[in-house]
Amino acid sequence: MREFTLPSMGADMDQGRLIEWLVAPGDQVHKGQAVAVVDTAKAAIEVEIWFDGVVAELQAVPGQMIPVGQIMATIVASEEATLPVAPPEPVVQARAVPSERPALRPVASASHVEIGGVRRRVSPAARKLADERGVDLAGVSGTGPLGAVTLSDVERAAAERASVPAPPVEAATAAERQALVRQAIASAMSRSKREIPHYYLSETIPMARAIDWLAAENAGRSISERVLMAVVQLKAVARALDGFPQLNGFFVDGVFQPAPTVHIGVAIALRQGGLLAPALHDVAAKDLSQLMRELADLVARTRAASLRSSELTDPTITVTNLGDQGVETVFGIISPPQVALVGFGRVAPRPWVTEDGTLAAVPTVTASLSADHRVTDGHTGAMFLASLYDWLQRPEDL
Amino acid sequence: MRMSYREAVRAALHEALVADPRVFLMGEDVGRYGGSYAMSKGFYDEFGPDRIRDAPLSELGFVGAGVGAAMGGMRPIVEVMTVNFSLLALDQIVNMAALYRHMSGGQFSVPVVFRMATGAGRQLAAQHSHSFENWYAHVPGLRVVAPGTVADARGMLPAALTYSDPVVIFEHVGLFNAEDDVEEWRCDLERAAIRRPGTDVSIITYGGSLPKALSAAASLADEGIDAEVVDLRVLRPLDRAAIADTVRRTHRVVVVDEGWRTGSLAGEVVAGIAEDCLYDLDAPPRRVCSEEVPVPYAKHLEDAALPQSDKIVAAVKEVTHA
Repeated sequence: MREFTLPSMGADMDQGRLIEWLVAPGDQVHKGQAVAVVDTAKAAIEVEIWFDGVVAELQAVPGQMIPVGQIMATIVASEEATLPVAPPEPVVQARAVPSERPALRPVASASHVEIGGVRRRVSPAARKLADERGVDLAGVSGTGPLGAVTLSDVERAAAERASVPAPPVEAATAAERQALVRQAIASAMSRSKREIPHYYLSETIPMARAIDWLAAENAGRSISERVLMAVVQLKAVARALDGFPQLNGFFVDGVFQPAPTVHIGVAIALRQGGLLAPALHDVAAKDLSQLMRELADLVARTRAASLRSSELTDPTITVTNLGDQGVETVFGIISPPQVALVGFGRVAPRPWVTEDGTLAAVPTVTASLSADHRVTDGHTGAMFLASLYDWLQRPEDL
Repeated sequence: MRMSYREAVRAALHEALVADPRVFLMGEDVGRYGGSYAMSKGFYDEFGPDRIRDAPLSELGFVGAGVGAAMGGMRPIVEVMTVNFSLLALDQIVNMAALYRHMSGGQFSVPVVFRMATGAGRQLAAQHSHSFENWYAHVPGLRVVAPGTVADARGMLPAALTYSDPVVIFEHVGLFNAEDDVEEWRCDLERAAIRRPGTDVSIITYGGSLPKALSAAASLADEGIDAEVVDLRVLRPLDRAAIADTVRRTHRVVVVDEGWRTGSLAGEVVAGIAEDCLYDLDAPPRRVCSEEVPVPYAKHLEDAALPQSDKIVAAVKEVTHA
């Protein structure tokens, strides 16, 4: 017999409220199967089991607040399942409904009872409309029967959003927003690692020419107009992608859909923790000055939590730059449904064999590519990095 | 032309008897007595005992004779006094009339029309107050219709006589004295009808519950709730397209059915909505059916057991959260 405990689904998560069980005693479960829905803050998350077996007993009761690590259910191996299920332990009887089958009864009864925090009531029509309009139901209050979210609630929320370009979760406190961000990252990255077969390539790129060129370029600019190397790198990525449309787009329903333009999701760390990677739109078509202005604006708005929803859904590829933190190389995780991520480490002088065969201290940067092997192979990725290398040797053409 | 439901049925019967010599009317008390509900009053003298045939009190016998006559080339209209007594003739209707085209490999059709009174509300007590429309609507091979308006009472019989397979017509006892101005009555036996257009909620019903639904809609209108009333008309095959259509417009639905809730036609309508347009629903559907008890004799108890306007209003307010 094994115990299934509530896993942590985010660094800051220490408890969750069980909303509903998706399995019943006697059900066969498989590794990776969603077995319960747990509300961690505002989002309901499907909790997966990490081993195979047969459900013996559901100990947690819907509506119950459960600390991370507490036993939620017991699972027996398939062979054991033919044995009669062990009688419930006294502690369970004391807690649960008086019944000879406490493992089953609480599920049936509790799901009909109004318990704060159970799965929100949203009418099917409202759910569909919210999906169509991109309305986050977490921010919509329900005025229908039993507090259900109805069509008119979603319409009102959509209208409010249209009239005021408000932050995604207006009412959320900083802590709630932080939890939401953490959950979003956990969910997206788990999905990425679950679904996307990543391959990783890296290339060390000499940056002397780019640094010299940028210094000359910035010399003629006021401080506020100066362009950062990060912007040069973003533009170089966009230009290099011209030749590799297979790295720019979305993998949806088993098919890769190339994107017509390059919207780079720029990974921006949030002050309260976590990160977002909103889109810098149409990078290939804009000059460095404009990109610098837009990037500054994007960073400011990201940290003020006043992004437009399109900025969160548009990115066709992500670029993450951890050079400021001093790392050498980034091994990034692709943000689904994108199919590639480019990482930049720190630009710093390093030993480098120059073209004439001598060893010199040269500023270099390690650019890495994480790419989806379902869409491209290492060959494509290598060619892309070679192209990125080339672009960074002729910054004046960017 | 102003006419009552009773007069409409009588006019339709008369027209059919005049128009087609293969048509004859058979049932208990249809001849000398003029019909239990006076719908064939005077026919016996006009058309004679061969075409207005008084049957003995044996539903199994005379319904079976009607099935046989239809197979033999006639166009019988068999009046079963009420659906309550049709239970005695179920074998002939379900096993013979409905199935004979199939059992004979297409060699025989059974172009018979069964008419029967249905429903409660007249203090006739439990054994004479059934609504078993759903029993017949369950059976492939039957077409089942429920005229809920005077015009349909006039038009459904001639339409039924055009079919070469059995048609069951349910005439609700509560409607017989209803009057209306009837101009155009020709109709099909295929589609549901919107009796009152509205935008906030769909009240789907049929037969004797239609006037109750319309009166509920009228009082709801006073409170600012605009209800659409859909008359199913045809209980088999159900007009699922019309049902889905109204739900897609109003997003809320109340089904009113005088049958008992469990296994009711209302349940079938709601199941179809769940299958066809779940994502258009903005609230859980509600059914207003008869209470699951034998229909009481006492007036106040009978009223309490049946769907009524106030129950419909309450259900609508529940789904509209008004």
